[in-house]
Amino acid sequence: MPPDASQGPFAEALVEVEDLARDFDVSRPWLFRVLNGEPRRIVRAVAGVSFTIPRGTTLALVGESGCGKTTVARLVVGLYRPTRGRIRFDGTDMTALPRGEAGRAIRRRINMIFQDPYASLNPRWRVRDIIAEPLRVFGVLEDERAIAERVADLLRHVRLSPKDGEKFPHEFSGGQRQRISIARALSATPDFLVCDEPTSALDVSVQAQILNLMKDLQEELGLTYLFISHNLAVVRQMSDRIGVMYLGRIVELAPTGVLFEAPRHPYTRMLFDAIPDLELTGRQRTPVGGEVPSPIAPPPGCAFHPRCPFAGARCRGEIPRLRVEGETLVACHAVEEGRLSA
Amino acid sequence: MPLLDVRNLRVEFPTRRGTLVAVDDVSFSIEPGEVLGVVGESGAGKSITGAAIIRLIEPPGRIAAGEVRLDGRRIDNLPPERMRAVRGREIGAVFQDPLTTLNPLYTVGRQLAETMQTHLGIGAREARARAVRWLEEVGIPAAAERIDAYPHQFSGGMRQRVVIALALCAEPKLIIADEPTTALDVSIQAQVIALLKRLCRDHGTAVMLITHDMGVIAETADRVAVMYAGRIAEIGPVREVVKHPRHPYTEGLMGSIPPLTHRVRRLAQIEGAMPRLTEIPRGCAFHPRCPRAFERCRQERPELMATDGPNRAACWLHEARSPNDALGHAA
Repeated sequence: MPPDASQGPFAEALVEVEDLARDFDVSRPWLFRVLNGEPRRIVRAVAGVSFTIPRGTTLALVGESGCGKTTVARLVVGLYRPTRGRIRFDGTDMTALPRGEAGRAIRRRINMIFQDPYASLNPRWRVRDIIAEPLRVFGVLEDERAIAERVADLLRHVRLSPKDGEKFPHEFSGGQRQRISIARALSATPDFLVCDEPTSALDVSVQAQILNLMKDLQEELGLTYLFISHNLAVVRQMSDRIGVMYLGRIVELAPTGVLFEAPRHPYTRMLFDAIPDLELTGRQRTPVGGEVPSPIAPPPGCAFHPRCPFAGARCRGEIPRLRVEGETLVACHAVEEGRLSA
Repeated sequence: MPLLDVRNLRVEFPTRRGTLVAVDDVSFSIEPGEVLGVVGESGAGKSITGAAIIRLIEPPGRIAAGEVRLDGRRIDNLPPERMRAVRGREIGAVFQDPLTTLNPLYTVGRQLAETMQTHLGIGAREARARAVRWLEEVGIPAAAERIDAYPHQFSGGMRQRVVIALALCAEPKLIIADEPTTALDVSIQAQVIALLKRLCRDHGTAVMLITHDMGVIAETADRVAVMYAGRIAEIGPVREVVKHPRHPYTEGLMGSIPPLTHRVRRLAQIEGAMPRLTEIPRGCAFHPRCPRAFERCRQERPELMATDGPNRAACWLHEARSPNDALGHAA
């Protein structure tokens, strides 16, 4: 496992992910393949990702669509089984979790917030039942009165009214629905939340409300977040460390401040250059040509080399590994060889 | 004379529970070659304003009042077949999802050529040659070969480039671009915005750029109109609106955008949410969320009025008789 820049001697890792990979088989039907002499087609959505998240901190994964960040999120909460690699949560191997009570006790401590608050809440359930579901599933509380009290408490926690529990999801706006999702995610008192683009479907003024709420809850409850987003400005506000993903791999991982002050990987720099400028400095953005290649047939060597202005012969042949550069982990031959100014 | 002049536009949707006013008394103009940004959150009425100008509002929605003039000529009351000639020839459109604009059954070359044959009255051979040039101009590699490809054979970013070519190929004077980059990744978004800007400058085309993304507006627009609950809350030069907003809503909106350059302890947030069209409060629609609201805001609706800067804002704070002097943007 590559070294992790975050791990000081006292940082206690709550989540450790090691060489995580997930393939998806997107082959055409068998008969079609035989008749047309087509091979199987495998998407390597996540191709070996390692990171740790110290307790009480936020790690963000950023990248463009198809980079594998959502797949990582779903692997970490157990919605997908990994093709390869290990996920350890508080010392327990999640890929070999025992059945029954012991496994449930661990799973209760992990929950997830999804991107689309219109799709992730059952429209036929009252809000109180949506929020109480994890309590019932994990058997945290049995007594109905205790459950009702806990639900009212959670609604207040996410700045809604206990009376809202009687309503149905369609009676709420997008931002309020996302608050309900957060209340549900918190109900079984998890210590780790995986948040997959939790504000991408929301308007910017509502996004600010939800981000502030998530920060408050983290402070109050000592939560650990894995925060998935494509929005670098949001990630800058929310995370302690950031992993930049490209085509199934982490290409750069650094503390948030360091990444923004001194991005090392050419892809990270390109992402920063591409963001529209609100400061009105008159800076002309330099759009980088090309698009993200298909993960079915990724380019050999460094997956970014066809778009990279610094690509050399080695980049076309050899996949770069993450290496320590100061406080940053970066996977780039050009950085390693000093061909890129710091 | 402005290229596009919209006066007191009102769009209504009759429903079983009464009439919803999606766009309420909206007036603005666009000069030739100018880029006007229209920004607002979902439900603010920005897309419906754009659709009303080109008369693409889904029934039962209808323009209930107001005038739309293009080059001084009224187009809001043209019969449908005359309006079809205006759309495409004089006003081009770029929508968020390129797949809904492009016909999946026709090659992109045929769609481009047909548009030019219809609107410019040129022959098939000439149209095809120009179609190749347009694909080259929007940066499609190997344009001569890809002209006979179907939309599904292009990536999302490439499709949006084709849509831009399609909107511009009949040489309209105005493009209405509704969230043209929202569905795209940030690196592709930068390419498409740069392209739209360059082409419109080269061809002298004016743009009405509708988006929720203030960053895109700040980079692209000359002036910006901020919409809230079906009305324009503030309008002015983009730098003034971004740097010195005169309307409390604009101020809140700008404050809630997470900054990229530094970390803030808390983002400024506007409490509550934009009212649904069924329950727009009387007085100023923003008053229940406004930290500076006073009695008059609850009673009377403000029109756009002059401020101490070049922006105009629909806010009683800027009325001469207002109790507060002006917005505290001096700091």
